[in-house]
Amino acid sequence: MQSKPVTLRILDIASIIVLGVSAYIALFVAPTELVMGDVQRVFYFHIGTAWTALLGFILAAGFSVIYLITKNLLWDRLQVAAIEVSLVFFLITIVLGSIWARPAWNTWWTWDPRLTTAAITELIYIAYFMLRQGIDDPDRRARFGAVYALIGGLSAPITFFAIRLFRTIHPVVISGSNPEAEGAFSMTPDMRTAFFFALFAFTVIFIDLFWNRIRLGELQDKVEQLKLKVTM
Amino acid sequence: MFFQETTPDTSGYMIAGYTIAFVVMGLYVLSIYLRNRNLSQDLTMLEELDETAAETEMRSADQRKKNLMKPGDKKQANL
Repeated sequence: MQSKPVTLRILDIASIIVLGVSAYIALFVAPTELVMGDVQRVFYFHIGTAWTALLGFILAAGFSVIYLITKNLLWDRLQVAAIEVSLVFFLITIVLGSIWARPAWNTWWTWDPRLTTAAITELIYIAYFMLRQGIDDPDRRARFGAVYALIGGLSAPITFFAIRLFRTIHPVVISGSNPEAEGAFSMTPDMRTAFFFALFAFTVIFIDLFWNRIRLGELQDKVEQLKLKVTM
Repeated sequence: MFFQETTPDTSGYMIAGYTIAFVVMGLYVLSIYLRNRNLSQDLTMLEELDETAAETEMRSADQRKKNLMKPGDKKQANL
């Protein structure tokens, strides 16, 4: 295995720093929301992880298109990396949302359009990895994965727009307001700082994890090829 | 919650949320590290196996060559 590039090492350290700073701003700089109290602070990480996860799913759909055109396995590797990191981030989004919902909505979970589409998206990509595991031929696996990720990618914009298209109790934070939302709030300047810094921090962390996961994929492919060579 | 006069104490939920977020991210980073380490070990072992297989192949090829030479050598000896 090649040693880590210096840029990636710097990015690793930068990720830890921005995560720490983001948590500090969210916990100590942003003011306490008067109606919900401290639980509102999970909103910063909730949005940060949701933004990068949905972006990752859309990126994966883009990589799928490029793979289907070029048939180059590099794009399959990028697609898998983007989906895996996004899946982890989206799990955090859902769990944080559920924790916030308990005091705000008085329930851990409700089958609201946003929550339902988010759960479906998460399940679609869990199934993606389960189905990939069942195919041994790398080219077939990549082709199947590309088609699946392309179709699955539609769930990301549906999840994002669910609160804008359907009647929902989920608050709309970016560009728009929902009169039926429960737990909505207007942001103070310090809250906005925490919000935008969290978006920035999770973007940096996503890039770092994505890069690390691509390298892991390269290593996996190398081992797989060598295994075939040795057993033949 | 929305008809109250004072801000409720929901810090327990906040702590739970941040703890889960950090734990999940930590576990994922750990999984990348462990998978990387295991694959590196597999790669080293497979490379060694591949080298051994190549050496064995060369040796058996040499042996075959020698075996093929033997009848000719005998003929020469008879002449």
